[in-house]
Amino acid sequence: MGKITDGKVETIDYQGFQLTTLDKAIGAARANSMWPLPFATSCCGIEYMATMGSNYDLARFGMERMSFSPRQADLLIVAGTISKKLAPILRQVYEQMAEPKWVLSVGACASSGGIFDTYSVLQGIDRIIPVDVYVPGCPPRPEQIIDGIMNIHALVKEESLRRRYSDKYKSMLNGYNIETDVK
Amino acid sequence: MSNSTITNEFALARLTAKFGDKIISAETPFDLLTIEVPSADAHEVIQWLKEDEVLKMTYLTNLGGVHYPTEADREFAVVYHIHSLVNNYRIRLKSFIPLSNPSIATITDLFVGANWMERETFDFYGIIFTGHPNLTRILNEEDMDYHPMRKEYQLEDDTRQDKDNRFFGR
Amino acid sequence: MNEWLDDDIKPGNNLSAETIDGDIATLNLGPTHPATHGIFQNILKVDGERILSSEQTVGYIHRAFEKIAEHRPYNQITPLTDRLNYCSSPINNMGWHMTVEKLIQTEMPKKVDYMRVIIMELARIADHLVCNSVIGVDTGALTGFTYLFQQREKIYELFEEVCGARLTTNVGRIGGFERDFSQAFYKKLNDFLKEFPKVFNEFDSLLSRNRIFMDRTINAGPISAERALEYSFSGPNLRAAGVDYDVRVMNPYSSYQDFDFIVPVGTQGDTYDRFQVRQEEIRQSLSIIKQALDGMPEGKYFADVPEFYLPPKEDVYNKMEALIYHFKIVMGETPVPVGEVYHSVEGGNGELGFYLISDGGRAPFRLQFRRPCFIYYQAYPEMITGQSISDAVLTLSSMNVIAGELDA
Repeated sequence: MGKITDGKVETIDYQGFQLTTLDKAIGAARANSMWPLPFATSCCGIEYMATMGSNYDLARFGMERMSFSPRQADLLIVAGTISKKLAPILRQVYEQMAEPKWVLSVGACASSGGIFDTYSVLQGIDRIIPVDVYVPGCPPRPEQIIDGIMNIHALVKEESLRRRYSDKYKSMLNGYNIETDVK
Repeated sequence: MSNSTITNEFALARLTAKFGDKIISAETPFDLLTIEVPSADAHEVIQWLKEDEVLKMTYLTNLGGVHYPTEADREFAVVYHIHSLVNNYRIRLKSFIPLSNPSIATITDLFVGANWMERETFDFYGIIFTGHPNLTRILNEEDMDYHPMRKEYQLEDDTRQDKDNRFFGR
Repeated sequence: MNEWLDDDIKPGNNLSAETIDGDIATLNLGPTHPATHGIFQNILKVDGERILSSEQTVGYIHRAFEKIAEHRPYNQITPLTDRLNYCSSPINNMGWHMTVEKLIQTEMPKKVDYMRVIIMELARIADHLVCNSVIGVDTGALTGFTYLFQQREKIYELFEEVCGARLTTNVGRIGGFERDFSQAFYKKLNDFLKEFPKVFNEFDSLLSRNRIFMDRTINAGPISAERALEYSFSGPNLRAAGVDYDVRVMNPYSSYQDFDFIVPVGTQGDTYDRFQVRQEEIRQSLSIIKQALDGMPEGKYFADVPEFYLPPKEDVYNKMEALIYHFKIVMGETPVPVGEVYHSVEGGNGELGFYLISDGGRAPFRLQFRRPCFIYYQAYPEMITGQSISDAVLTLSSMNVIAGELDA
């Protein structure tokens, strides 16, 4: 009969098929072809450009296509300072994205306001939208950004297909006053 | 170090010859001629500096405000840095205006580039530039109800709850 | 390129109602638009592809630098200057250091000047590389971007070798450098000087005389020298319009008078000229770096200003005076002379000025940054009126508007 490898996939010897759960198959598919929306505002945006550039090459992670339209994006990468003037726009972009969606907060400013504890800067984007992974640094090195993206991939792979329908998820979004498009 | 063809003495003499006692004070900190003129005359002086055939101060380098909260009736200063590219000579011009009536004539008719600099100064300090084509806030939100660069307003964001004043020496 | 336009609708002219035919649409370019390379909003009124007017909104990443500066000791303002024009942070850092040194009236040793020149010119190259490769991207030539970014990483490696950081470098101190350049730095710099021109020339030959590129960029977003001066343009954008104003030459700082270089100027002030001026400036910067390397004087890498320059760690532990200075500098309690000073450097985008008023307190009483981006971006509507939307995108990227510097 079959062999269980790392508790997830059951392989049957010498046969051309595998057994797995639908969650895992879809998770793997999603994780390996994410369409990120780079919401790059300031310094971190330049490091994000370097990450996309030839040396660090984000395309290796199945992220060749930058989606500048929120409608087709799965991953919102917020890189840089978000001011209070910009906050409603970021929120609108997040609301326009279709489920399932993830958010990566790159850099100290996006995560907590960073050194800019001032009247004009939003003290962390998690005040207006939910965030999945935070990347520290001012600005983070490309390696750190890649690490953050790999953490997002790990989340995506493990996510249950039922999560977005759960009451917990909906109440979390309600906490941000965001309407979900999952019914 | 400056390699300009005009000396501070010459420029000041020329300004004094034209405007006389309108020049309230003149000094040269770090070799940069700094003159103070009444706010009502600032526009005229700048226009003359721009059009003068010898000085040719045709390039507006910078315009900004300063707030001196302790000086009665001289709370705000508008500071102009004007540069003559031909002579490579700079002048700093200051006008003080009171908090009760913080207004001064715009110089957007002389330098188009002054437009945003004046809007920024208005945004930060609430200084009204009379005659400005579109004097609205530029960097902050439209509905902000104070002018944040005035000294009495705090720097920090007041929505933070995670700060313990004991750790910041306050 | 704009031959099909009538004379009265050339850029810069106000359009009369008769010249506009068809329906006018309103198009929102930004704040989050891939072509704006930053967060700016332009509400365009367009007739087909032709832009009739534009209304700008800025301030989306206003971070209140000038307010923060009034609360920070002088040493701690360097991290703020990093984040002004983050494509060329070292120039901003050193501009600030030189402003304070002017206030405390200190002469730097020649060696510090030369070291600063090397770092600043590397930063200028990094800045111009972003701008020019992005012009390439916006014309549809992605190859140049991937090519040049590899070289740009090499410049980052050089910065790392000097100070440990890539982008927001915080390099140098008031009074010199934190440490001398290492042997590894000199080796990497020599490698860079050898390799970079090859790649750069390849990039140049890819675009400079490329028929498609020239058709796209010549006459896109032009501005005349007179208008540019009225708008207080500075830097490569002013030079592209034909005015040879360069702070490095007009008011030399950091021993720039020792170096032999040309200030390239354009004639039309259009996108192609801006591209070419930056290309030539990169070459001139390379030449300046070589001259500085060849003429690098012997001496100390810091000046004798113990009130501002941190003493070596072993002295802090063993000498009373050094301990006191260390404490005072770290706590920001160094007495500063009262005075007003304006100092400017040639930043990546133009004249970057620092207007500093000190009342003797621990923090500046007022520090104003003259941000070249903020000043010249207001000319943008005038430059794109009458042009097509794709030209407007090119004009924006060739002006090299950096949001951090613009909104401060």
